[in-house]
Amino acid sequence: MSQIAVRDSAAVRIEAPRRSPVREFFHQRSTVGFLFTLPLIVLIAVLVLYPALYSIYLATLNKKMTQFIGLSNFTFLFTRETFWMVVKQSCIFAVSAVILKALIGFIVAHLAHNLPAEGQRKWRGMLLVPWVIPPALSTLAWLWLFDPSYSAFNWLLAIIDVGPVPWTGNAMWARFSVILVNVWYGAPFFMIMYLAALKSVPAELYEVAAIDGATFWQRLWYITLPMMRNIIAITTLFSLIVTFANFDIVRILTAGGPIDLTHVFATWAFKIGIEGGDIPLGASISLFMFPILTVAAIFILRDINKRGERI
Amino acid sequence: MTASSIASAPSAAASLDADTGGVGGDRRWALFWSYFFLCIFAGFALMPPLYMLITGLKTSNEVSAATNPWWVYHPTLSNFTELLTSPLFLTFFKNSAIVAVLVVIITMLISVPAAFALSRMKFWGSGVLATGVFLTYLVPETLLFIPLFKMFATFRDWTGIELINRWYVLLLLYPTLTVPFCTWIMIGYFGSIPKELDEAALMDGATWTQTLTRIFIPVALPGIIAATIFAFTVAWAQFLYPLAFTTSQDQLVLSVGIATTLIKADVFNWGQIMAGALLGAAPPLVIYAFLMDYYIAGLTAGATKG
Repeated sequence: MSQIAVRDSAAVRIEAPRRSPVREFFHQRSTVGFLFTLPLIVLIAVLVLYPALYSIYLATLNKKMTQFIGLSNFTFLFTRETFWMVVKQSCIFAVSAVILKALIGFIVAHLAHNLPAEGQRKWRGMLLVPWVIPPALSTLAWLWLFDPSYSAFNWLLAIIDVGPVPWTGNAMWARFSVILVNVWYGAPFFMIMYLAALKSVPAELYEVAAIDGATFWQRLWYITLPMMRNIIAITTLFSLIVTFANFDIVRILTAGGPIDLTHVFATWAFKIGIEGGDIPLGASISLFMFPILTVAAIFILRDINKRGERI
Repeated sequence: MTASSIASAPSAAASLDADTGGVGGDRRWALFWSYFFLCIFAGFALMPPLYMLITGLKTSNEVSAATNPWWVYHPTLSNFTELLTSPLFLTFFKNSAIVAVLVVIITMLISVPAAFALSRMKFWGSGVLATGVFLTYLVPETLLFIPLFKMFATFRDWTGIELINRWYVLLLLYPTLTVPFCTWIMIGYFGSIPKELDEAALMDGATWTQTLTRIFIPVALPGIIAATIFAFTVAWAQFLYPLAFTTSQDQLVLSVGIATTLIKADVFNWGQIMAGALLGAAPPLVIYAFLMDYYIAGLTAGATKG
């Protein structure tokens, strides 16, 4: 209502100096709004939307990109063992890493929340450091910690007569290592989100629960988790997308090895599409990240719409 | 949300928390175990950067010696001074700095007006566009790099303008990562500004542009700082795009330069690689150390404002 009133009064003011129709057009709310968003629209249309659609087209071409071959790239992928290995590894990697990150983030957020306010800032600052260092650079440190002959972890393990552990040499250990590094990098993000969520839970709820004699687990189950549900859901979805599409850590730590056993979609698509020069096949591989994106998008959109209704 | 309100929030929460603790002894034990486990987690979090520093201070002889890897017996700064005087490393650093600064400027020029329009000027399709911006943020770069690579190759064939293997191609690529998120959090910040403020300005005859530059930008400054920090860290840390799009040594940025050329150049000169990684991680770490509250506000705004 008030907006209409404003527009009317603005129009009256504009009327007075008798502006030209062209100038008036450029002062209208919708025109200005459109001009303000135009760069954003162009950017998204040209550099996000178009390439996304273009990759679907690319996926239907042959290697030299001279001929339309329909779905042959996909049927070819389905016959390859490596492809199914990548599917499996991507899912194992993303799901286990996200669960571990969420769990550790949740625990650490609670621990930090226990602390008195003055100390909290300092701890929060230290715990978030892994998230701040560019992952490509911190993974180099992990690579060196995992070095086959000079591993500092193996040196420590040797003291208690364990090892040497082939951190990146053996398939199982290499899978474990990429997950470990991803958890190290991503858990602080969960911690910071959950800590923010914990602070927004009204303290009165806990006071009432304490008066009623609720145990720690009851408070966790009936107050903390329901109050944090939205944040937990959205953070997990975010992280699932980012982890599923992870490139830096796997690329630097194992480069997909040993014998392609730790490849995820992104690193394999890079190997085939950019290094191998088979752009259509690489595009087909990366297209397999679409389904999880769509599922996440639907969930998040539903959430946004629900909030819209509440307001 | 202003910086001061961020800072004051924890103290308020904690003072309430202290009251709910119940028996004093219980509370002290809980605190003890909290500190105990937090120490373990903090040790885990800080170990790799610490190990970077330890290795960076060693000579190659000491790196390959069979001594305790967690201790430096003969600390030296030679790795750092060598890197800081090496033209190659300085080129990486310069490229990274130029790209990051320009990306921040481009991002802000695009996302601030767009966020203003989307949060204040309802026009046809603005609601859909706001949701679309958020969804774009979810599209990972690993999905787009192959079609973009092909697009730029085709673009060269058509116009003769070479983009691949030029550092400035990153100026086109990085905004696809930074703009959607920055627009999204700026919509949130602008949305929290009372409507009376811009209504009053418009009533007084201010144009939309004046309302944005004179009122919204100053009032939402904390949000703009948070968005700037986000754009800078993303631009500084990005690895896939420069790895795929740039190959010549003089066009590389730090993240790729350290990971590819330093490893290839020497027979795994780990002291220097770790020193380089630490120097490369320094700018985001310094920004984080000084502007932690803004950094965290930007991080949490994305989900909580949604």
